[in-house]
Amino acid sequence: MTAHAPSASPVTDAHEHAHPGVGTYVKVGLILFALTAAEVAVYEFGYEHANAGFGALLHPVVVPVLLALSALKFALVAMFYMHLKQDSKLLTGVFVFSLAIATIVILALAALFAYHYTFQKLIH
Amino acid sequence: MSDATHALALEHPTSTGIDTRKLAIWTFIGSECLFFASLISTYLVFRGKVIQHGVGPFPHDPWTSPTGQHFDPILEIKLVTVGTALLLFSSLFVVIALNGAQRNRRGQFLSFLGLTIMCGIFFVGMQVYEFTHFVHEGLKLQTNLFGASFFTLTGFHGTHVTIGVIWLITMFILGVRGKVPPGKALNLELAALYWHFVDVVWIVIFPVVYLMK
Repeated sequence: MTAHAPSASPVTDAHEHAHPGVGTYVKVGLILFALTAAEVAVYEFGYEHANAGFGALLHPVVVPVLLALSALKFALVAMFYMHLKQDSKLLTGVFVFSLAIATIVILALAALFAYHYTFQKLIH
Repeated sequence: MSDATHALALEHPTSTGIDTRKLAIWTFIGSECLFFASLISTYLVFRGKVIQHGVGPFPHDPWTSPTGQHFDPILEIKLVTVGTALLLFSSLFVVIALNGAQRNRRGQFLSFLGLTIMCGIFFVGMQVYEFTHFVHEGLKLQTNLFGASFFTLTGFHGTHVTIGVIWLITMFILGVRGKVPPGKALNLELAALYWHFVDVVWIVIFPVVYLMK
């Protein structure tokens, strides 16, 4: 609920600020589109044209670059479209806490299986 | 009871100062993060084992079966890039629709919500086409570890998109009937938050599944 609308919910108004306008949403949308194009370009140069020039430079860092671009897109949507930048910090806390646990789950499983297969190779 | 008193009775103050419905959808989104984290980590764990031990088709590499049948890499980046762009644009459209609903701009609200629904339907259509194509190419849920983890991960995401489309269609019908005035724009905001979450999950799935080799 924003300060712009005649609100039937006085509960939220004290803790939330006005959401951005359409201009900001469109700018963020264009940035997201450009970042997606950049992701596909990184894939094309880093893998499909990895033998020479820029592709050869990019090839070793394709995965971190893709992860960074993805994280940036994720943050932009969460901050501007999901309004975490303007809404109560408690909502940000709920989301970030869950994301932190989710990241730990992914890293822990990856480490566990990497250890498992390395250990198996050493045995055999 | 006056309108103002009635509104206060309906939406009583909370200890957090946040509408309980909004806190609930964020808590639900938090639990969904863990759900998709388990699916993504399963995919990541299995993807490295597919080429060493499995049978094709494979996501990024060609494969020839013992009987001599040749399989090309199965992922189609161009098709999925179009789907990704549609989902990103749908997030833009739904937030503009919400802006219209909050400012009592009925035309903006309904037209952009309609565009969001169209994008969502096209995305689901893209995924149905992709799944059908994969099955025709010989990749099924039981073919190999890649097939099992890929269909499970993207299938669950597609199910979430479908639920989101149904939710947005419901909001569109309510909007046409004049039942989403600015005072009830929070109902659309909850649907929009769910839709954005579906979008951010795809923002992670797209590079992890389709772009990383």
